[in-house]
Amino acid sequence: MSIDTPTPTLKTAMGDYWSRVKSGDIGSLPAVLGLVVLCGVFTAMSSSFLTPGNFANLLTQAAGVIVVAMGLIFVLLLGDIDLSAGYSAGVSGAVLVILVSNHHWNWIPALALSILAGMVMGSFIGWLVSYLGVPSFVVTLAMFLAFQGILLLLAGEGGTIPINDKTVVAIENSNMTPILSWTFFFGAGALYILSGLRKMALRRKAGLKTELAQLWALKTAGLLIICAGAVYALNLERSNNVQLVSLKGIPDVVPLILAILVVGTFFLSRTSFGRHLYAVGGNAEAARRSGIDVKRVRLMAFVICSTLAAVAGLIFVSRANSVSPSTGGNATLLYAVGAAVIGGTSLFGGKGKMRDAILGGLVVAVIDNGMGLLGYSAGIKYIVTGLVLLISAGVDALSRKGGGN
Amino acid sequence: MSEAILSLRNINKSFGAVHVLRGVDLDIYPGQVTALVGDNGAGKSTLIKCIAGIYTPESGEYHFEGKPVSVNGPRDATALGIEVVYQDLALCDNLDIVHNMFLGREKKKGVTLDESNMELLARQTLDGLSVRTVKSIRQTVSSLSGGQRQTVAIARAVLWNNKVVILDEPTAALGVSQTEQVLHLVRRLADAGIAVVLISHNLTDVFEVADNVAALYLGTMAAQVKLSEVSTNQVIELITTGKSAGVTKTEANK
Repeated sequence: MSIDTPTPTLKTAMGDYWSRVKSGDIGSLPAVLGLVVLCGVFTAMSSSFLTPGNFANLLTQAAGVIVVAMGLIFVLLLGDIDLSAGYSAGVSGAVLVILVSNHHWNWIPALALSILAGMVMGSFIGWLVSYLGVPSFVVTLAMFLAFQGILLLLAGEGGTIPINDKTVVAIENSNMTPILSWTFFFGAGALYILSGLRKMALRRKAGLKTELAQLWALKTAGLLIICAGAVYALNLERSNNVQLVSLKGIPDVVPLILAILVVGTFFLSRTSFGRHLYAVGGNAEAARRSGIDVKRVRLMAFVICSTLAAVAGLIFVSRANSVSPSTGGNATLLYAVGAAVIGGTSLFGGKGKMRDAILGGLVVAVIDNGMGLLGYSAGIKYIVTGLVLLISAGVDALSRKGGGN
Repeated sequence: MSEAILSLRNINKSFGAVHVLRGVDLDIYPGQVTALVGDNGAGKSTLIKCIAGIYTPESGEYHFEGKPVSVNGPRDATALGIEVVYQDLALCDNLDIVHNMFLGREKKKGVTLDESNMELLARQTLDGLSVRTVKSIRQTVSSLSGGQRQTVAIARAVLWNNKVVILDEPTAALGVSQTEQVLHLVRRLADAGIAVVLISHNLTDVFEVADNVAALYLGTMAAQVKLSEVSTNQVIELITTGKSAGVTKTEANK
């Protein structure tokens, strides 16, 4: 074992991390810092920012954009973009609402069909991009307009179709009971710790260098303490009128997002498909010469993106209790791209993680929510979010330079 | 001289009206370094892309281990045990050394990647080549020097027990000591019984490490001869004029 340097200590591990940051591999650091700073500023400026009610509200506000961003990350990893993801969500949402409300379908087949609609849209885009060779920017710009048209036709001009299905509406409007919330936290936390321990044990058994146990314990403890704090805050009563309705617990949409996070992270980091995505994004020609079917990988990325957009469609519909021609429209797509990039995903491809969507999505939602509480207009909010996105993209570009590419 | 592991006969390849390869013959032997030389535009890159299955020649015979084979894509060449290490390296900067060495051929345990196994194998290969210059096998390729990248690319070719390894100008962008390291590595590959093809503009490198030399001139094979039978000047003549006194084309097929 001549290659690796001697066993690291906590100090050298910190040093290594710092030198990685300096060389441009900053990961999610700006998003985490941004989140802390923004929360600090808004807490100081508005008394209603740091309240249990607003915290829960923030999560449900961010949910749709986060899921669109999670899908976009698959496409961004290739260095491509999907500008139509917002309206893919809208169209899928419209399919769901129309089947449930107008045709009285059960929500399960209706949801299946709406997700299938997302897959079809993604396959079409992916086919055009990878097999016909049209740049993704152009294809998805065209589809942005076309899907908007489909949504307009489905929803009827100026029309809004309401949805009353209990399950669909519950996703954005119901919460787990406090006991279930804690059970969920301890269950998920235990699984997280066990998988971390198992990974270290397996590597040690194979005679490989493992992550420093102290560092892992520190990181895991930190994450779990933050999550426990969040669960505690969400379990506080946040209803204005307790006699009328009691509001507490983790919003139902949170476990949904965590499930997508786990599955997506598994695909990206543990399967050969995920590895190939990174390879194509890093150097498509190298990937091709290594025998990777670059076209299929690209097609799949667009299919996944639109499929997750369909899931986001469900969330948007649930939140609004309806579908309208602007579902998934307005700033949705730009917020989602912003979320991914702010979270640390590179627009140049080859760099990004599923968790980037969550961190970045929270940053975007905090700006939107906090400035709303301070009484700023939508105009100011767009300008600030735009500037934050610009800074993130600038940091991304600069870190590429710093990385010596 | 032992039997050639790979023989090309009368290979022709055109791009539109440009006839790039005209009836090229080439023999590659196990345990030897065959240098492929020629001026810019002589067809060296096209020839190796034909060997690697990236281009399909219009006509010609492709023999591998004495049997005629058809190579219609990179996968066919890989299946035969032919690996090309390209000039532009074909490594993914954003992935680490282990990922790059197993790219496209990941070891799996069920549906998941078997990272431990891949890391062990990669490390064994690098140790076997006496590579001691990389700090961690898990660092990304973007943080490596030119020589280290070349080493990783060559190690990848070795990892798969390839029978033929083709190196496209491995020393073109390297400093003196790094060039020396890579040339040592090239020699070790041949000593391990691999048939190595070295494409190079640098005749010093060629004379230092190669056993025989094949010179291309304007898409034709000027000659393929043992290096011990020619002088530097004769090789230069072959490259620049396509012929040289005392070197006949028939020697290629000896």
